Amino acid sequence: MKHYEVEILDAKTKEKLCFLDKVEPNATIGEIKSMFHRTHPQWYPARQSIRLDPKGKSLKDEDVLQHLPVGTTATFYFRDLGAQISWVTVFLTEYTGPLVIYLLFYFRVPFIYAPKYDFTTSKHWVVHLACMCHSFHYMKRLLETLFVHRFSHGTMPLRNIFKNCTYYWGFAAWMAYYINHPLYTPPIYGEQQIRLALILFLFCQIGNFSIHIALRNLRPPGSKTRKIPYPTKNPFTWIFLLVSCPNYTYELGSWLGFTLMTQCLPVAFFTLVGFIQMTVWAKGKHRSYLKEFRDYPPLRSPIIPFIL
Amino acid sequence: MASSEEDGTVEEKENNNKKRTKSALTTAWLTFYNIAMTAGWLVLAMAMLRFYIKKGTHKGLYRSIARTLKFFQTFALVEVGHCAIGIVRTSVIVTGVQVCSRIFMVWLVASSIRQIQNEESVILFLVVWTVTEITRYSYYTFKLLNHLPYFVKWARYNFFIVLYPLGVIGELLSIYAALPFVRRSGMYSMRLPNKYNVSFDYYYCLIIVMLSYIPCKETVCLEPTFKLLQTSFSCKTHLTHSKGSKLAVRMRSINKKVIGSISSISENYG
Repeated sequence: MKHYEVEILDAKTKEKLCFLDKVEPNATIGEIKSMFHRTHPQWYPARQSIRLDPKGKSLKDEDVLQHLPVGTTATFYFRDLGAQISWVTVFLTEYTGPLVIYLLFYFRVPFIYAPKYDFTTSKHWVVHLACMCHSFHYMKRLLETLFVHRFSHGTMPLRNIFKNCTYYWGFAAWMAYYINHPLYTPPIYGEQQIRLALILFLFCQIGNFSIHIALRNLRPPGSKTRKIPYPTKNPFTWIFLLVSCPNYTYELGSWLGFTLMTQCLPVAFFTLVGFIQMTVWAKGKHRSYLKEFRDYPPLRSPIIPFIL
Repeated sequence: MASSEEDGTVEEKENNNKKRTKSALTTAWLTFYNIAMTAGWLVLAMAMLRFYIKKGTHKGLYRSIARTLKFFQTFALVEVGHCAIGIVRTSVIVTGVQVCSRIFMVWLVASSIRQIQNEESVILFLVVWTVTEITRYSYYTFKLLNHLPYFVKWARYNFFIVLYPLGVIGELLSIYAALPFVRRSGMYSMRLPNKYNVSFDYYYCLIIVMLSYIPCKETVCLEPTFKLLQTSFSCKTHLTHSKGSKLAVRMRSINKKVIGSISSISENYG
Protein backbone atom coordinates (compact mmCIF):
# COMPACT_ATOMS: atom_id res chain seq x y z
CA MET A 1 0.00 0.00 0.00
CA LYS A 2 1.49 3.30 -1.06
CA HIS A 3 1.70 5.84 1.68
CA TYR A 4 1.10 9.53 1.22
CA GLU A 5 3.11 12.42 2.53
CA VAL A 6 1.19 15.43 3.77
CA GLU A 7 2.57 18.89 4.26
CA ILE A 8 0.49 21.63 5.80
CA LEU A 9 1.27 25.27 5.05
CA ASP A 10 -0.17 28.42 6.56
CA ALA A 11 -2.70 29.88 4.08
CA LYS A 12 -1.51 33.46 4.65
CA THR A 13 2.25 33.24 5.17
CA LYS A 14 2.77 29.96 3.22
CA GLU A 15 5.12 28.92 6.01
CA LYS A 16 5.49 25.16 6.49
CA LEU A 17 3.68 24.25 9.68
CA CYS A 18 3.69 20.49 9.66
CA PHE A 19 4.99 17.54 7.70
CA LEU A 20 3.38 14.15 8.07
CA ASP A 21 4.87 11.12 6.42
CA LYS A 22 3.46 7.57 6.08
CA VAL A 23 -0.16 8.76 5.92
CA GLU A 24 -2.63 6.05 4.89
CA PRO A 25 -4.36 6.68 1.54
CA ASN A 26 -7.76 6.11 3.14
CA ALA A 27 -7.07 8.61 5.92
CA THR A 28 -9.76 11.25 6.31
CA ILE A 29 -9.25 14.98 6.72
CA GLY A 30 -10.53 14.54 10.25
CA GLU A 31 -7.69 12.15 11.03
CA ILE A 32 -5.17 14.50 9.44
CA LYS A 33 -6.55 17.30 11.62
CA SER A 34 -5.97 15.15 14.72
CA MET A 35 -2.38 14.47 13.62
CA PHE A 36 -1.85 18.19 13.02
CA HIS A 37 -3.28 18.91 16.46
CA ARG A 38 -0.66 16.64 18.03
CA THR A 39 2.16 18.75 16.59
CA HIS A 40 0.40 22.04 17.34
CA PRO A 41 -1.64 21.48 20.53
CA GLN A 42 -3.07 25.01 20.53
CA TRP A 43 -5.00 24.32 17.32
CA TYR A 44 -7.60 21.69 18.20
CA PRO A 45 -9.31 20.10 15.17
CA ALA A 46 -12.49 22.17 15.49
CA ARG A 47 -10.62 25.40 14.81
CA GLN A 48 -8.66 24.06 11.82
CA SER A 49 -9.74 24.92 8.31
CA ILE A 50 -7.85 22.71 5.86
CA ARG A 51 -8.09 23.52 2.18
CA LEU A 52 -6.46 22.62 -1.12
CA ASP A 53 -6.16 26.23 -2.16
CA PRO A 54 -5.28 29.15 0.16
CA LYS A 55 -8.41 31.00 -0.91
CA GLY A 56 -10.56 27.95 -1.55
CA LYS A 57 -13.32 26.26 0.38
CA SER A 58 -12.68 24.28 3.51
CA LEU A 59 -12.40 20.53 3.10
CA LYS A 60 -14.86 18.37 5.01
CA ASP A 61 -13.78 16.05 7.80
CA GLU A 62 -15.17 13.04 5.93
CA ASP A 63 -13.16 13.67 2.74
CA VAL A 64 -10.73 10.83 2.08
CA LEU A 65 -7.14 11.62 1.15
CA GLN A 66 -6.88 9.37 -1.88
CA HIS A 67 -10.08 10.77 -3.42
CA LEU A 68 -8.74 14.32 -3.35
CA PRO A 69 -6.98 15.84 -6.40
CA VAL A 70 -3.50 15.57 -4.82
CA GLY A 71 -0.30 13.73 -5.68
CA THR A 72 1.50 11.36 -3.31
CA THR A 73 2.85 14.45 -1.55
CA ALA A 74 -0.27 16.38 -0.67
CA THR A 75 -0.04 20.09 0.13
CA PHE A 76 -2.80 21.57 2.26
CA TYR A 77 -3.32 25.10 3.45
CA PHE A 78 -4.36 25.85 7.01
CA ARG A 79 -6.39 28.71 8.37
CA ASP A 80 -7.12 29.25 12.04
CA LEU A 81 -10.86 29.69 12.56
CA GLY A 82 -10.29 31.20 16.01
CA ALA A 83 -11.52 29.91 19.33
CA GLN A 84 -14.53 27.67 18.85
CA ILE A 85 -17.42 26.79 21.08
CA SER A 86 -19.88 23.95 20.63
CA TRP A 87 -23.36 24.68 19.27
CA VAL A 88 -24.94 22.82 22.18
CA THR A 89 -23.16 25.06 24.70
CA VAL A 90 -24.22 28.21 22.86
CA PHE A 91 -27.85 27.11 22.55
CA LEU A 92 -28.09 26.08 26.20
CA THR A 93 -26.62 29.38 27.38
CA GLU A 94 -28.64 31.61 25.09
CA TYR A 95 -31.94 29.87 25.96
CA THR A 96 -31.46 29.57 29.72
CA GLY A 97 -30.94 33.35 29.97
CA PRO A 98 -34.42 34.40 28.77
CA LEU A 99 -36.02 31.70 30.89
CA VAL A 100 -34.41 32.99 34.09
CA ILE A 101 -34.56 36.70 33.21
CA TYR A 102 -38.29 36.67 32.43
CA LEU A 103 -38.98 35.01 35.76
CA LEU A 104 -36.98 37.68 37.60
CA PHE A 105 -39.31 40.30 36.13
CA TYR A 106 -42.42 38.14 36.66
CA PHE A 107 -41.71 37.77 40.37
CA ARG A 108 -40.86 41.47 40.53
CA VAL A 109 -37.50 41.00 42.14
CA PRO A 110 -36.25 44.20 43.93
CA PHE A 111 -34.51 47.07 42.07
CA ILE A 112 -36.55 46.64 38.89
CA TYR A 113 -39.82 48.38 39.71
CA ALA A 114 -40.67 50.78 42.52
CA PRO A 115 -40.05 49.22 45.99
CA LYS A 116 -43.74 49.06 46.88
CA TYR A 117 -44.18 46.47 44.07
CA ASP A 118 -41.37 44.13 45.17
CA PHE A 119 -42.43 40.49 45.08
CA THR A 120 -46.04 41.37 44.23
CA THR A 121 -47.92 39.66 41.42
CA SER A 122 -49.86 41.19 38.56
CA LYS A 123 -53.63 41.40 38.86
CA HIS A 124 -54.12 40.55 35.16
CA TRP A 125 -54.44 36.83 34.39
CA VAL A 126 -52.98 37.37 30.89
CA VAL A 127 -49.66 38.25 32.55
CA HIS A 128 -49.59 34.83 34.26
CA LEU A 129 -50.53 33.18 30.98
CA ALA A 130 -47.78 35.06 29.14
CA CYS A 131 -45.23 33.92 31.71
CA MET A 132 -46.31 30.32 31.26
CA CYS A 133 -46.12 30.57 27.46
CA HIS A 134 -42.73 32.27 27.44
CA SER A 135 -41.25 29.80 29.91
CA PHE A 136 -42.77 26.85 28.05
CA HIS A 137 -41.25 28.13 24.81
CA TYR A 138 -37.73 28.32 26.15
CA MET A 139 -38.00 25.04 28.09
CA LYS A 140 -39.06 23.39 24.84
CA ARG A 141 -36.04 24.90 23.10
CA LEU A 142 -33.66 23.67 25.82
CA LEU A 143 -35.06 20.14 25.69
CA GLU A 144 -34.91 20.12 21.90
CA THR A 145 -31.26 21.18 22.03
CA LEU A 146 -30.46 18.33 24.39
CA PHE A 147 -32.55 15.55 22.84
CA VAL A 148 -33.84 16.39 19.40
CA HIS A 149 -31.50 18.41 17.26
CA ARG A 150 -28.73 16.81 15.21
CA PHE A 151 -26.12 19.43 14.36
CA SER A 152 -24.18 19.49 11.07
CA HIS A 153 -21.30 21.47 12.48
CA GLY A 154 -20.05 20.78 15.98
CA THR A 155 -18.79 24.28 16.71
CA MET A 156 -19.07 27.98 15.93
CA PRO A 157 -16.71 30.92 16.60
CA LEU A 158 -16.49 31.92 20.25
CA ARG A 159 -17.56 35.54 19.71
CA ASN A 160 -20.96 34.30 18.55
CA ILE A 161 -21.95 33.38 22.07
CA PHE A 162 -21.58 37.00 23.19
CA LYS A 163 -23.49 38.31 20.20
CA ASN A 164 -26.31 35.75 20.52
CA CYS A 165 -26.67 36.04 24.28
CA THR A 166 -26.82 39.84 24.09
CA TYR A 167 -29.64 39.50 21.55
CA TYR A 168 -31.72 36.90 23.39
CA TRP A 169 -31.11 38.11 26.95
CA GLY A 170 -31.46 41.78 26.02
CA PHE A 171 -34.79 41.33 24.24
CA ALA A 172 -36.10 39.01 26.98
CA ALA A 173 -35.38 41.68 29.60
CA TRP A 174 -36.94 44.43 27.47
CA MET A 175 -40.15 42.43 26.85
CA ALA A 176 -40.43 41.10 30.39
CA TYR A 177 -40.05 44.58 31.87
CA TYR A 178 -43.20 45.86 30.18
CA ILE A 179 -45.37 42.75 30.39
CA ASN A 180 -44.79 42.39 34.14
CA HIS A 181 -44.93 46.12 34.84
CA PRO A 182 -47.43 47.27 37.50
CA LEU A 183 -48.84 49.72 34.92
CA TYR A 184 -49.31 47.04 32.23
CA THR A 185 -52.42 47.48 30.05
CA PRO A 186 -54.10 44.19 29.00
CA PRO A 187 -55.14 43.66 25.34
CA ILE A 188 -57.93 45.92 24.02
CA TYR A 189 -60.20 43.14 22.78
CA GLY A 190 -59.85 41.33 26.09
CA GLU A 191 -60.60 37.67 26.42
CA GLN A 192 -61.31 37.07 22.71
CA GLN A 193 -57.94 38.43 21.70
CA ILE A 194 -56.10 36.44 24.35
CA ARG A 195 -57.90 33.20 23.48
CA LEU A 196 -57.17 33.54 19.76
CA ALA A 197 -53.55 34.39 20.51
CA LEU A 198 -53.17 31.38 22.78
CA ILE A 199 -54.60 29.01 20.17
CA LEU A 200 -52.22 30.42 17.54
CA PHE A 201 -49.28 30.14 19.93
CA LEU A 202 -49.99 26.51 20.93
CA PHE A 203 -50.72 25.45 17.37
CA CYS A 204 -47.40 26.84 16.19
CA GLN A 205 -45.47 25.41 19.12
CA ILE A 206 -46.75 21.92 18.31
CA GLY A 207 -46.06 22.54 14.62
CA ASN A 208 -42.50 23.71 15.31
CA PHE A 209 -41.86 20.63 17.47
CA SER A 210 -43.27 18.31 14.79
CA ILE A 211 -40.95 19.80 12.19
CA HIS A 212 -37.94 19.38 14.47
CA ILE A 213 -38.83 15.71 15.00
CA ALA A 214 -39.37 15.21 11.26
CA LEU A 215 -35.98 16.77 10.44
CA ARG A 216 -34.29 14.66 13.09
CA ASN A 217 -35.74 11.48 11.60
CA LEU A 218 -34.29 12.40 8.21
CA ARG A 219 -30.81 11.91 9.54
CA PRO A 220 -29.59 8.66 11.14
CA PRO A 221 -27.71 9.16 14.44
CA GLY A 222 -24.09 10.26 14.08
CA SER A 223 -24.35 10.88 10.34
CA LYS A 224 -24.31 14.11 8.41
CA THR A 225 -26.47 13.02 5.45
CA ARG A 226 -28.68 15.56 3.73
CA LYS A 227 -32.11 14.66 2.34
CA ILE A 228 -35.15 16.55 1.11
CA PRO A 229 -37.75 16.71 3.89
CA TYR A 230 -41.25 15.51 2.96
CA PRO A 231 -44.64 15.59 4.73
CA THR A 232 -45.21 12.66 7.10
CA LYS A 233 -48.34 11.22 8.70
CA ASN A 234 -48.34 14.14 11.17
CA PRO A 235 -50.67 16.85 9.77
CA PHE A 236 -48.40 19.56 11.13
CA THR A 237 -45.73 18.47 8.65
CA TRP A 238 -48.02 18.82 5.64
CA ILE A 239 -46.79 22.40 5.41
CA PHE A 240 -43.64 20.90 3.83
CA LEU A 241 -45.66 20.88 0.60
CA LEU A 242 -45.55 24.66 0.52
CA VAL A 243 -42.50 25.71 2.51
CA SER A 244 -38.81 24.74 2.72
CA CYS A 245 -38.25 25.80 6.32
CA PRO A 246 -41.57 25.36 8.16
CA ASN A 247 -39.80 25.40 11.52
CA TYR A 248 -39.20 29.13 10.91
CA THR A 249 -42.77 29.59 9.69
CA TYR A 250 -44.15 28.06 12.89
CA GLU A 251 -41.67 30.06 14.99
CA LEU A 252 -42.94 33.28 13.40
CA GLY A 253 -46.49 32.17 14.11
CA SER A 254 -45.70 31.48 17.76
CA TRP A 255 -44.23 34.93 18.27
CA LEU A 256 -47.14 36.58 16.44
CA GLY A 257 -49.39 34.76 18.87
CA PHE A 258 -47.36 36.00 21.81
CA THR A 259 -47.42 39.57 20.46
CA LEU A 260 -51.20 39.40 20.11
CA MET A 261 -51.55 37.93 23.58
CA THR A 262 -49.48 40.58 25.35
CA GLN A 263 -50.18 43.54 23.03
CA CYS A 264 -46.69 44.84 23.75
CA LEU A 265 -44.62 46.81 21.23
CA PRO A 266 -41.21 45.40 22.30
CA VAL A 267 -42.58 41.91 21.65
CA ALA A 268 -43.65 43.07 18.18
CA PHE A 269 -40.12 44.36 17.57
CA PHE A 270 -38.61 41.08 18.70
CA THR A 271 -40.96 39.21 16.35
CA LEU A 272 -40.00 41.51 13.47
CA VAL A 273 -36.25 41.20 14.00
CA GLY A 274 -36.55 37.44 14.38
CA PHE A 275 -38.63 37.27 11.22
CA ILE A 276 -36.01 39.18 9.23
CA GLN A 277 -33.21 36.93 10.47
CA MET A 278 -35.17 33.74 9.87
CA THR A 279 -36.10 34.86 6.36
CA VAL A 280 -32.42 35.35 5.56
CA TRP A 281 -31.65 31.86 6.88
CA ALA A 282 -34.65 30.31 5.11
CA LYS A 283 -33.68 31.85 1.77
CA GLY A 284 -30.14 30.55 2.17
CA LYS A 285 -31.36 27.07 3.06
CA HIS A 286 -33.84 27.10 0.16
CA ARG A 287 -31.09 28.10 -2.25
CA SER A 288 -28.78 25.33 -1.05
CA TYR A 289 -31.61 22.78 -1.32
CA LEU A 290 -32.19 23.88 -4.93
CA LYS A 291 -28.48 23.63 -5.68
CA GLU A 292 -28.02 20.23 -4.09
CA PHE A 293 -31.16 18.43 -5.30
CA ARG A 294 -32.23 18.38 -8.94
CA ASP A 295 -35.70 17.12 -8.15
CA TYR A 296 -36.54 19.69 -5.47
CA PRO A 297 -40.32 20.37 -5.38
CA PRO A 298 -40.92 23.61 -7.29
CA LEU A 299 -44.04 24.63 -5.35
CA ARG A 300 -42.11 25.37 -2.14
CA SER A 301 -41.22 28.87 -0.92
CA PRO A 302 -38.49 29.53 1.65
CA ILE A 303 -40.58 30.65 4.64
CA ILE A 304 -44.09 31.93 3.78
CA PRO A 305 -46.23 29.93 1.31
CA PHE A 306 -46.28 31.59 -2.12
CA ILE A 307 -45.04 34.92 -0.78
CA LEU A 308 -41.55 34.71 0.66
CA MET B 1 -20.20 29.23 -38.57
CA ALA B 2 -18.99 32.65 -39.58
CA SER B 3 -22.34 34.25 -38.71
CA SER B 4 -22.33 32.75 -35.18
CA GLU B 5 -18.80 34.08 -34.62
CA GLU B 6 -19.96 37.49 -35.75
CA ASP B 7 -22.97 37.28 -33.45
CA GLY B 8 -20.62 36.54 -30.60
CA THR B 9 -18.47 39.61 -31.19
CA VAL B 10 -21.51 41.80 -31.88
CA GLU B 11 -22.98 40.73 -28.54
CA GLU B 12 -19.68 41.49 -26.82
CA LYS B 13 -19.57 44.92 -28.43
CA GLU B 14 -23.15 45.57 -27.38
CA ASN B 15 -22.33 44.63 -23.80
CA ASN B 16 -19.25 46.83 -23.80
CA ASN B 17 -21.30 49.72 -25.17
CA LYS B 18 -23.91 49.19 -22.47
CA LYS B 19 -21.18 49.21 -19.82
CA ARG B 20 -19.65 52.36 -21.25
CA THR B 21 -22.92 54.27 -21.38
CA LYS B 22 -23.74 53.07 -17.86
CA SER B 23 -20.42 54.30 -16.47
CA ALA B 24 -20.68 57.56 -18.44
CA LEU B 25 -24.14 58.06 -16.99
CA THR B 26 -23.01 57.33 -13.42
CA THR B 27 -20.00 59.62 -13.76
CA ALA B 28 -22.26 62.37 -15.11
CA TRP B 29 -24.73 61.94 -12.25
CA LEU B 30 -22.03 61.79 -9.56
CA THR B 31 -20.30 64.86 -10.97
CA PHE B 32 -23.60 66.75 -11.02
CA TYR B 33 -24.40 65.58 -7.49
CA ASN B 34 -21.03 66.61 -6.06
CA ILE B 35 -21.08 69.99 -7.79
CA ALA B 36 -24.61 70.60 -6.49
CA MET B 37 -23.62 69.68 -2.93
CA THR B 38 -20.46 71.83 -3.06
CA ALA B 39 -22.59 74.71 -4.26
CA GLY B 40 -25.18 74.08 -1.58
CA TRP B 41 -22.70 74.14 1.26
CA LEU B 42 -21.00 77.21 -0.25
CA VAL B 43 -24.39 78.94 -0.21
CA LEU B 44 -24.74 77.99 3.44
CA ALA B 45 -21.26 79.34 4.19
CA MET B 46 -22.05 82.61 2.44
CA ALA B 47 -25.37 82.95 4.23
CA MET B 48 -23.71 82.39 7.60
CA LEU B 49 -20.95 84.93 6.86
CA ARG B 50 -23.44 87.53 5.59
CA PHE B 51 -25.60 87.14 8.68
CA TYR B 52 -22.67 87.48 11.05
CA ILE B 53 -21.22 90.50 9.22
CA LYS B 54 -24.63 92.21 9.07
CA LYS B 55 -25.85 91.47 12.60
CA GLY B 56 -22.52 91.19 14.41
CA THR B 57 -23.86 88.34 16.54
CA HIS B 58 -24.58 84.65 16.09
CA LYS B 59 -27.98 84.88 17.76
CA GLY B 60 -30.66 84.05 15.22
CA LEU B 61 -28.10 82.69 12.74
CA TYR B 62 -29.36 79.13 13.00
CA ARG B 63 -32.96 80.15 12.33
CA SER B 64 -31.91 82.03 9.21
CA ILE B 65 -30.12 79.06 7.61
CA ALA B 66 -32.21 76.22 9.07
CA ARG B 67 -34.21 75.51 5.91
CA THR B 68 -31.18 75.38 3.59
CA LEU B 69 -29.25 73.26 6.08
CA LYS B 70 -32.12 70.79 6.42
CA PHE B 71 -32.41 70.50 2.65
CA PHE B 72 -28.78 69.85 1.86
CA GLN B 73 -28.02 67.64 4.84
CA THR B 74 -31.11 65.49 4.21
CA PHE B 75 -30.32 65.25 0.50
CA ALA B 76 -27.09 63.50 1.50
CA LEU B 77 -29.20 60.39 2.07
CA VAL B 78 -28.72 59.89 -1.66
CA GLU B 79 -25.14 58.88 -0.88
CA VAL B 80 -26.39 55.81 0.95
CA GLY B 81 -28.17 54.89 -2.26
CA HIS B 82 -24.94 55.35 -4.20
CA CYS B 83 -23.18 52.81 -1.97
CA ALA B 84 -26.14 50.42 -2.08
CA ILE B 85 -26.20 50.24 -5.89
CA GLY B 86 -22.42 50.11 -6.04
CA ILE B 87 -21.49 53.24 -7.96
CA VAL B 88 -19.49 54.41 -4.96
CA ARG B 89 -17.11 51.99 -3.29
CA THR B 90 -17.92 52.59 0.34
CA SER B 91 -19.72 50.45 2.90
CA VAL B 92 -23.46 51.17 3.05
CA ILE B 93 -23.44 50.83 6.83
CA VAL B 94 -20.60 53.33 7.41
CA THR B 95 -22.17 55.94 5.13
CA GLY B 96 -25.60 55.21 6.60
CA VAL B 97 -24.43 55.73 10.16
CA GLN B 98 -22.66 58.95 9.23
CA VAL B 99 -25.59 60.49 7.34
CA CYS B 100 -28.07 59.36 10.01
CA SER B 101 -26.04 60.96 12.80
CA ARG B 102 -25.97 64.24 10.86
CA ILE B 103 -29.72 64.09 10.19
CA PHE B 104 -30.29 63.28 13.86
CA MET B 105 -28.33 66.40 14.92
CA VAL B 106 -30.16 68.64 12.45
CA TRP B 107 -33.75 67.43 12.78
CA LEU B 108 -33.95 65.94 16.26
CA VAL B 109 -31.61 68.21 18.22
CA ALA B 110 -30.89 71.60 16.67
CA SER B 111 -34.16 72.22 14.81
CA SER B 112 -36.55 70.77 17.35
CA ILE B 113 -35.04 72.21 20.56
CA ARG B 114 -35.34 75.93 19.95
CA GLN B 115 -33.70 77.00 23.17
CA ILE B 116 -30.24 75.80 22.12
CA GLN B 117 -30.21 77.44 18.70
CA ASN B 118 -28.27 80.44 19.98
CA GLU B 119 -25.62 78.35 21.71
CA GLU B 120 -22.02 78.76 20.59
CA SER B 121 -21.60 75.00 20.32
CA VAL B 122 -24.24 74.88 17.57
CA ILE B 123 -22.40 77.55 15.58
CA LEU B 124 -19.19 75.60 16.15
CA PHE B 125 -20.42 72.37 14.62
CA LEU B 126 -22.18 74.28 11.82
CA VAL B 127 -18.91 75.95 10.82
CA VAL B 128 -17.01 72.67 11.07
CA TRP B 129 -19.59 70.83 8.97
CA THR B 130 -19.59 73.58 6.34
CA VAL B 131 -15.80 73.57 5.91
CA THR B 132 -15.73 69.77 5.97
CA GLU B 133 -18.45 69.31 3.39
CA ILE B 134 -17.14 71.94 1.02
CA THR B 135 -13.70 70.27 1.11
CA ARG B 136 -15.15 66.80 0.72
CA TYR B 137 -17.56 67.48 -2.13
CA SER B 138 -15.08 69.62 -4.06
CA TYR B 139 -12.50 66.86 -3.66
CA TYR B 140 -14.92 64.34 -5.16
CA THR B 141 -15.88 66.73 -7.95
CA PHE B 142 -12.27 67.38 -8.96
CA LYS B 143 -11.46 63.70 -8.73
CA LEU B 144 -14.35 62.83 -11.07
CA LEU B 145 -13.19 65.51 -13.49
CA ASN B 146 -9.67 64.01 -13.31
CA HIS B 147 -8.19 67.36 -12.34
CA LEU B 148 -7.39 67.39 -8.65
CA PRO B 149 -5.54 70.50 -7.42
CA TYR B 150 -2.93 69.71 -4.80
CA PHE B 151 -4.48 72.09 -2.28
CA VAL B 152 -7.83 70.26 -2.33
CA LYS B 153 -6.11 66.93 -1.81
CA TRP B 154 -4.00 68.36 1.00
CA ALA B 155 -7.06 69.91 2.63
CA ARG B 156 -8.98 66.63 2.44
CA TYR B 157 -6.32 64.68 4.28
CA ASN B 158 -5.27 67.36 6.77
CA PHE B 159 -8.22 69.56 7.72
CA PHE B 160 -9.92 66.72 9.51
CA ILE B 161 -7.15 66.59 12.11
CA VAL B 162 -8.49 69.87 13.51
CA LEU B 163 -12.07 69.71 12.27
CA TYR B 164 -12.87 66.25 13.59
CA PRO B 165 -12.32 66.95 17.30
CA LEU B 166 -13.88 70.40 16.99
CA GLY B 167 -16.96 68.89 15.37
CA VAL B 168 -17.30 66.25 18.08
CA ILE B 169 -16.94 68.91 20.79
CA GLY B 170 -19.57 71.12 19.12
CA GLU B 171 -22.06 68.28 18.76
CA LEU B 172 -21.57 66.92 22.28
CA LEU B 173 -21.86 70.35 23.91
CA SER B 174 -25.04 71.04 21.93
CA ILE B 175 -26.69 67.82 23.04
CA TYR B 176 -25.57 68.49 26.61
CA ALA B 177 -27.08 71.98 26.45
CA ALA B 178 -30.36 70.51 25.19
CA LEU B 179 -30.76 68.04 28.06
CA PRO B 180 -32.53 70.26 30.62
CA PHE B 181 -35.06 71.49 28.03
CA VAL B 182 -35.81 67.94 26.93
CA ARG B 183 -36.31 66.84 30.52
CA ARG B 184 -38.61 69.70 31.32
CA SER B 185 -40.79 69.40 28.21
CA GLY B 186 -40.84 65.58 28.01
CA MET B 187 -40.63 65.84 24.24
CA TYR B 188 -40.54 62.70 22.03
CA SER B 189 -41.22 60.64 25.13
CA MET B 190 -43.94 58.15 25.98
CA ARG B 191 -44.88 57.08 29.49
CA LEU B 192 -46.75 54.14 30.98
CA PRO B 193 -49.57 53.20 31.09
CA ASN B 194 -50.47 53.10 27.38
CA LYS B 195 -52.06 50.52 25.10
CA TYR B 196 -48.76 49.62 23.41
CA ASN B 197 -47.12 48.74 26.71
CA VAL B 198 -43.91 50.53 25.89
CA SER B 199 -42.14 53.61 27.20
CA PHE B 200 -39.46 55.87 25.77
CA ASP B 201 -37.52 58.67 27.41
CA TYR B 202 -35.77 61.00 24.96
CA TYR B 203 -33.69 62.44 27.81
CA TYR B 204 -31.97 59.10 28.51
CA CYS B 205 -31.80 58.39 24.80
CA LEU B 206 -29.73 61.56 24.33
CA ILE B 207 -27.43 60.57 27.18
CA ILE B 208 -26.87 57.18 25.55
CA VAL B 209 -26.15 58.94 22.23
CA MET B 210 -23.53 61.10 23.95
CA LEU B 211 -21.90 58.06 25.54
CA SER B 212 -21.87 56.21 22.25
CA TYR B 213 -19.63 58.90 20.77
CA ILE B 214 -16.78 57.35 22.80
CA PRO B 215 -16.67 53.85 21.25
CA CYS B 216 -17.69 55.04 17.78
CA LYS B 217 -15.18 57.84 17.49
CA GLU B 218 -12.41 55.88 19.19
CA THR B 219 -12.45 52.97 16.77
CA VAL B 220 -12.89 55.13 13.69
CA CYS B 221 -10.48 57.94 14.45
CA LEU B 222 -8.23 57.93 17.49
CA GLU B 223 -6.76 54.45 17.23
CA PRO B 224 -5.43 54.71 13.66
CA THR B 225 -4.19 58.27 14.27
CA PHE B 226 -2.19 57.15 17.32
CA LYS B 227 -0.70 54.28 15.39
CA LEU B 228 0.39 56.62 12.60
CA LEU B 229 1.94 59.13 15.02
CA GLN B 230 3.73 56.30 16.84
CA THR B 231 5.27 54.72 13.78
CA SER B 232 6.21 58.02 12.10
CA PHE B 233 8.02 58.99 15.32
CA SER B 234 9.94 55.71 15.47
CA CYS B 235 10.73 56.03 11.75
CA LYS B 236 12.29 59.47 12.24
CA THR B 237 14.69 58.06 14.83
CA HIS B 238 15.76 55.26 12.47
CA LEU B 239 16.43 57.30 9.35
CA THR B 240 19.67 55.43 8.74
CA HIS B 241 17.85 52.16 8.01
CA SER B 242 17.56 51.12 4.40
CA LYS B 243 14.31 50.89 2.47
CA GLY B 244 14.19 47.13 2.60
CA SER B 245 14.77 46.90 6.36
CA LYS B 246 12.21 45.13 8.50
CA LEU B 247 11.14 48.38 10.16
CA ALA B 248 10.59 50.11 6.82
CA VAL B 249 8.57 47.15 5.49
CA ARG B 250 6.52 47.04 8.68
CA MET B 251 6.00 50.82 8.60
CA ARG B 252 4.83 50.72 5.02
CA SER B 253 2.27 48.05 5.80
CA ILE B 254 1.00 49.89 8.89
CA ASN B 255 0.93 53.14 6.90
CA LYS B 256 -1.19 51.47 4.25
CA LYS B 257 -3.72 50.26 6.82
CA VAL B 258 -3.78 53.57 8.67
CA ILE B 259 -4.11 55.65 5.49
CA GLY B 260 -6.90 53.31 4.55
CA SER B 261 -8.80 53.94 7.76
CA ILE B 262 -7.99 57.65 7.74
CA SER B 263 -9.39 57.85 4.22
CA SER B 264 -12.55 56.28 5.45
CA ILE B 265 -12.82 58.82 8.28
CA SER B 266 -11.99 61.58 5.81
CA GLU B 267 -14.71 60.08 3.64
CA ASN B 268 -17.10 61.25 6.24
CA TYR B 269 -15.50 64.15 8.00
CA GLY B 270 -13.45 65.85 5.30
